[in-house]
Amino acid sequence: MISWITNPQHWTGSDAIPLLIGQHLAYSAVALAIAVLIGFPIGLYVGHTRRGVVMVAGTANALRALPSLGLIVLLVILFGPVFASDLAFLIPCVIVLVLLAVPPIMTNTYAGIAAVDPAAVDAARGMGYSSLGVLLHVELPCALPLIFSGLRSATLQVISTATIAAYVSLGGLGRLIIDGLAQRDYFEMVAGAVLVGALTLVVDLLIALASRFTLSRGLMR
Amino acid sequence: MITFKNVTKRYDNSTIAVDNLSLEAPKGKITIFVGPSGCGKTTSLRMINRLITPSSGTIMLDGQPTEAIDLARLRRKIGYVIQHAGLFPHLTVVQNIATTARLIGIAKKQALGIASELIERVGLDRTFANRYPWQLSGGQQQRVGVARALASDPEFMLMDEPFSAVDPVVRHQLQEEFLRLQRDIGKTIIMVTHDIDEALKLGDQVAVLRTGGILAQIASPQELLSKPADAFVADFVGRDRGYRYLGFVDATSSLAVAAEPAAPLGTEPSTARALTRDRWILVTNAAAQPMGWVDLDQQTGPIRESDLNLSGTLASQSGNLRQVLDAALSAPSGRGVIVGTSGALLGSVRLAEIVTAIESAKAVGMGARS
Ligand SMILES: Nc1ncnc2c1ncn2[C@@H]1O[C@H](COP(=O)(O)OP(=O)(O)OP(=O)(O)O)[C@@H](O)[C@H]1O
Ligand SMILES: [Mg+2]
Repeated sequence: MISWITNPQHWTGSDAIPLLIGQHLAYSAVALAIAVLIGFPIGLYVGHTRRGVVMVAGTANALRALPSLGLIVLLVILFGPVFASDLAFLIPCVIVLVLLAVPPIMTNTYAGIAAVDPAAVDAARGMGYSSLGVLLHVELPCALPLIFSGLRSATLQVISTATIAAYVSLGGLGRLIIDGLAQRDYFEMVAGAVLVGALTLVVDLLIALASRFTLSRGLMR
Repeated sequence: MITFKNVTKRYDNSTIAVDNLSLEAPKGKITIFVGPSGCGKTTSLRMINRLITPSSGTIMLDGQPTEAIDLARLRRKIGYVIQHAGLFPHLTVVQNIATTARLIGIAKKQALGIASELIERVGLDRTFANRYPWQLSGGQQQRVGVARALASDPEFMLMDEPFSAVDPVVRHQLQEEFLRLQRDIGKTIIMVTHDIDEALKLGDQVAVLRTGGILAQIASPQELLSKPADAFVADFVGRDRGYRYLGFVDATSSLAVAAEPAAPLGTEPSTARALTRDRWILVTNAAAQPMGWVDLDQQTGPIRESDLNLSGTLASQSGNLRQVLDAALSAPSGRGVIVGTSGALLGSVRLAEIVTAIESAKAVGMGARS
């Protein structure tokens, strides 16, 4: 397996490992960015206003129950006639990953805001912070640890699930697993799995480091 | 001045939390809202900075109705201190305090300067500046909460049970510091408590509320003790109100302090016996401060610190009859020890003389300090 990875042949061409890693990260990054754009504001709004709590919890649970593989196949069948070229595969793939990433981001943002000490929020309102001021100066900074952990678990799930892109003829590290399976090249398959795992760990570590340096020491004990 | 004019608060479920409340909290004075749990104290307080909107009636700041003031401006004019301090956990002590100053538009650097001065003002060490709230005790957090409310130098202060989350010793300390602070800053303060002792100790004026949000009586502490308006107030003010009333009667004018013989530590029993005809002698330290009493009938060797009976309390020269009476009652000799401002011995007062002083104070009717 190691020799498979270190084999120079696998570092060039259309299936080169760096290229696959790049594709894999690109799908994941796009999906995460969209998921943050959707889940983060909803979580903030619901946490701050306490409106729609039940809806958020229900939606998150429903989304978690979706089978990624089944969904991507369904979406490819639906979108196939609509889009030309790779988009017919790319869009379904990103949608599936977004749906996977939204629940942890949304619910953790909401939970983080909801868990802020009510006395601190009350004091902030009484001092004369505007509603937005309370959110930006008190609730959001205090919720950051939980928000980061939501982002982390979303990232882990997205990177490991992004292998399904290859299932619908796209790139990414899933290629190694799918192709390896097709050619009964078990070393290639294992190499794919190991690379996905390693990538996940590295990205996770980076987020952990980033949160270490952004979070107030007052929130960590 | 804060004025309530026929203020009523009815919650959705039709509970009346505050019922037609009218009162005035005079400028520069401490007004206390006191009453049993659920009588509408917090509701009344939070209607002032409009965290709660009154159902009817008007609240005015210096004659201006609060509805006429922009909400953010209103709240920034009023310092607000709550029970568990409600500090911002992600900010350090000095940053927490600076927030109110920042809110009224003071530049960051200057706000932090104000904040670090206030740290000492409320009785904390400067080394606390860069700690986070979780690294503080409840009493220390409470002090930071007070400092934060003061940092914008508001005209008014609202305090909701600010000292209730701490143990009695720390509470006493915070109350003393608070009174000292208020003598300097002279803010118009409304404080909520359900502790009648705290109300009588801190208030220039005390408003007693009863269940249903009805004002039972508003009066000075001594008037509340000597002339409760009805059975509810009398009961709420408590059993020892006769004794506690003495806390408001000045002792200096009515009592003559007699010389009290004292022996320094290390005195031989024979020498000490020559100083007094009594069985008990007061022992002082090098600064002439009373340390305790010694029973000369029991004493065999030179007086050591471990021989001392420490039960006696001390009354200060400028104290009240309650302190003096307590000093006499608690001393094994039955003589209440009086000390000067530096803590040095001035003399003593006998129990009988104190009782006479109490009688004449009663006869005068209001021998009370205003
Ligand atoms: N948001 C609310 N909705 C409905 N009823 C409320 C609400 N807040 C308070 N009440 C009711 O109004 C009454 C007064 O409450 P308030 O909190 O002012 O009492 P309090 O005097 O501060 O009591 P405590 O000493 O226990 O703090 C109570 O009967 C309480 O149940
Ligand atoms: Mg209350």
